[in-house]
Amino acid sequence: MSESQKQDAQKQGAVQTTGHAWDGDLQEFNNPLPNWWVWSFYATVVFALIYWVLYPAWPVASTYTKGVMNTITFTNDAGEQVETHWNTRALLLRDMQEGQHAVRSREYMEQVAAASYDEILADEEMLAFTRSVARGLFGDNCAACHGAGGAGVMGLFPNLVDDDWLWGGSVEEIQYTLAEGRMGFMPAFRETFDDQQLDSVASYVLSLSGHEVDAGLAASGNQIFQGEAGGCYYCHTSEGTGMKSQGAPNLTDNIWTVADVPGAQDHDARMAAVKKVIREGVVREMPAWQDRLSEDQIRLLTVYVHQLGGGQ
Amino acid sequence: MIKHEQIETNAGLLIALTMIVISIGGLVEIVPLFFIEDTIEKVEGVRPYTPLELRGRDIYQREGCYLCHSQMIRPFRDEMLRYGHYSLAAESQYDHPFQWGSKRTGPDLGRVGGKYSNEWHVAHLLGPRDVVPGSIMPNYPWLLENDLPYSDIQDRLRALRTAGVPYSANQEEYEANVERFGEEVAGQLDILNAEENLVGQALNGNYDGNRGRITEMDAIVAYLQVLGTMVDFGQYDQGYFVEFR
Ligand code: HEC
Ligand code: HEC
Ligand code: HEC
Repeated sequence: MSESQKQDAQKQGAVQTTGHAWDGDLQEFNNPLPNWWVWSFYATVVFALIYWVLYPAWPVASTYTKGVMNTITFTNDAGEQVETHWNTRALLLRDMQEGQHAVRSREYMEQVAAASYDEILADEEMLAFTRSVARGLFGDNCAACHGAGGAGVMGLFPNLVDDDWLWGGSVEEIQYTLAEGRMGFMPAFRETFDDQQLDSVASYVLSLSGHEVDAGLAASGNQIFQGEAGGCYYCHTSEGTGMKSQGAPNLTDNIWTVADVPGAQDHDARMAAVKKVIREGVVREMPAWQDRLSEDQIRLLTVYVHQLGGGQ
Repeated sequence: MIKHEQIETNAGLLIALTMIVISIGGLVEIVPLFFIEDTIEKVEGVRPYTPLELRGRDIYQREGCYLCHSQMIRPFRDEMLRYGHYSLAAESQYDHPFQWGSKRTGPDLGRVGGKYSNEWHVAHLLGPRDVVPGSIMPNYPWLLENDLPYSDIQDRLRALRTAGVPYSANQEEYEANVERFGEEVAGQLDILNAEENLVGQALNGNYDGNRGRITEMDAIVAYLQVLGTMVDFGQYDQGYFVEFR
C-alpha cells in the first residue's frame, strides 16, 4: 500500500488506529488479527482450561491439583489393583501390563516360559517368536561386543556363530554363561619363558592344528606344554583339545578366538600371534546378565544364541 | 490508575513491570518444587561419586559426551525395554549439574554401568569402530595417553560440598555419613582422604588395563561403570515409584 493509499484508507476509517497520538499527528495503525487466528487462540485457551481440570496441573501449597475423572488402574508387584491419578509412570505400568504389545506378546511369552528348551526348539511358531524378540535383545545388549550378527571381534569378543565353544554350546551351558557371566583367564608367561622356549611352545601349539613348523622346536615345545613349567595341559588338556570348565579353547581345530592366526599372512606372523597370547596371557570378561535381563529374556536369548551357531 | 501511555513513556517503569510479568511463569513452575515433598523418591543406595568417579565425570563433561548422550531414561515402554528402569530424580540428586540431556545421537547412558566390561569401554573409547563397525562416535585416544591430574581433588570435593553434596570435611560430618551410607562409602566421601581414595580405587579397579599408571581412561571408565547401578530395583514394588508423581 503506498503512502497516499494508506492515508486514504485511514481517512475512510478502513484501518483503525490505536488512538494514540504522538508529536501531535503521529498515529499507530491497529491491524486486527485474522479471525481464524483469534479463534484458534481462544480454542487453545479453552483446551488449557479443560486440560487443567482433567490432568495434574497447578501447584497448591505443598501438593498439586491431580485432575478429575482421569485415573489409571494398574497391578502392583503384590498383585493388588492400584488406582491413581493420571501420571506417566502409572501409564507406563498399565501399558506394560495391558497394552496392545504386552497382551500380544504375553501369550507367547507364557508359552515359552512354560516350555522346556527341547519343546521350544522343536516348535516352529515358538521359535519364530523367540527369534523376533531375541534379535532385539541381542541388538540392544550383546551386539556392541559380539557384533550385530554374532561374529565377534578377533582377540576381544568370541564368535558365537561358529560351532566352537569356549564354555559349552548346550542350552544349559549357554544359559549359565548369560546369567552368571564368564571370566576367560589365561596367565601371562612373560616371566616364565625365554625367547627360545616361547618359540618352542608356539611351534608346538601351531603343530597341533596341522601347521608346518620346525619339528625340533615343536618337540621341545611339547615337553614344555606337558610339563610343570608351562602347565598348559592343565587347562588345555594334554591333547590340546581344551577344557570347557576353564573356558580353555581347543587348540587342535584351527579355529582361533584370541590369537589372530587366520589373519596372519605367513609363518612368522602366525608365530607372532600365538606368542603374543602366551606372553601376555588373556583376561576377557563376559558380563553377567541376570540383574539386567529377566529370566524369560535370558531363556529367549539362550535359544537365539543356540540357533545362531552350532548349538549342541 | 497507571495509564498505558505512562508505562510506555517511562523506560524504568516499563523494565520493572516487564520483569515482573516474565518472572511469573518461572516462579509458578519452580517455587512449588521447593515445597512439594514427594518429588524425589526415597530410595536406598544413591551416594555421591567417589573421587575417581568424579574426575571421570569431569572428563565426560570436558569431552562433551553429553552432546551426543543423554542420561535420562524416560518412562516409556520402548525405553524400558532397551535401557532398563526409567531414571529416578533421586538418582541424580548429587549431580551438579545433572546430565539428563535430550540430545541422543548415541544411546542413553543412564544405565550403562555394568553393561559392558572395562576392556570393552577402553577399546570403544579408543576407537569405537573397532568394536561397533557403523559407529559415528569420535575416537578419544588421548584418554589413555594423559595421566589423570588429581592434585586439586580436595578442592573439587569442597566446591561440591558447598553446593550441598555430603562430602565430609570434619569428624562430625564423617560420622553422619557413616550413619547414612555405611562405613565403606563414608570413607570414600572423606575430603581429607580424597587423593588416597582416588589412587586406591584406580589401582584396585585397574579400569584402563594398565596398573602402572593412573590415566584419564581409569577415571572415565570408573564413572561409566557406576552409572545407574546404585539403586537395586528388585527391592521396590513397581507401584512404589508411582506415588511420587
Ligand atoms: C562387554 C562385552 C560383552 C557383552 C556386552 C556380551 N558379551 Fe558375551 N562374551 C564376551 C566375552 C569377552 C566372552 C568370552 C569370555 C571368555 O573369554 O571366556 C563372551 C562369551 C560369550 C559366550 C560364550 C561363548 C563360548 O564360546 O562359550 C556366549 C554364549 C555369549 N558371550 C553370549 C552373549 C550374549 C547373549 C550377550 C548379550 C546378552 C553377550 N554375550 C554380551 C563379551 C561380551
Ligand atoms: C589357567 C588355565 C590356562 C593355562 C595354564 C594355559 N591356558 Fe591357554 N588359554 C586359557 C584360556 C581360558 C584361553 C581362552 C581365553 C579366552 O577365550 O578368553 C586360552 C587361550 C590360549 C590360546 C589362544 C587360542 C585361540 O583360540 O586363540 C593359546 C594359543 C593358548 N591358550 C596357549 C597356551 C599355552 C601354550 C599354555 C602354556 C604355556 C597355556 N595356554 C596355558 C587357559 C589356560
Ligand atoms: C558424535 C556423537 C558422540 C559423542 C560426542 C560421543 N558419543 Fe558415545 N556413542 C555415539 C554413538 C552414535 C554410539 C552408538 C554406537 C557405538 O556404540 O559406538 C555411542 C555409544 C556409546 C556407548 C555405548 C552405549 C551402549 O549402551 O551401547 C558409550 C558407553 C559411549 N558412547 C560413551 C561415550 C563417552 C564416554 C563419550 C565422551 C568421551 C562419548 N560417548 C561421546 C555417539 C557419540
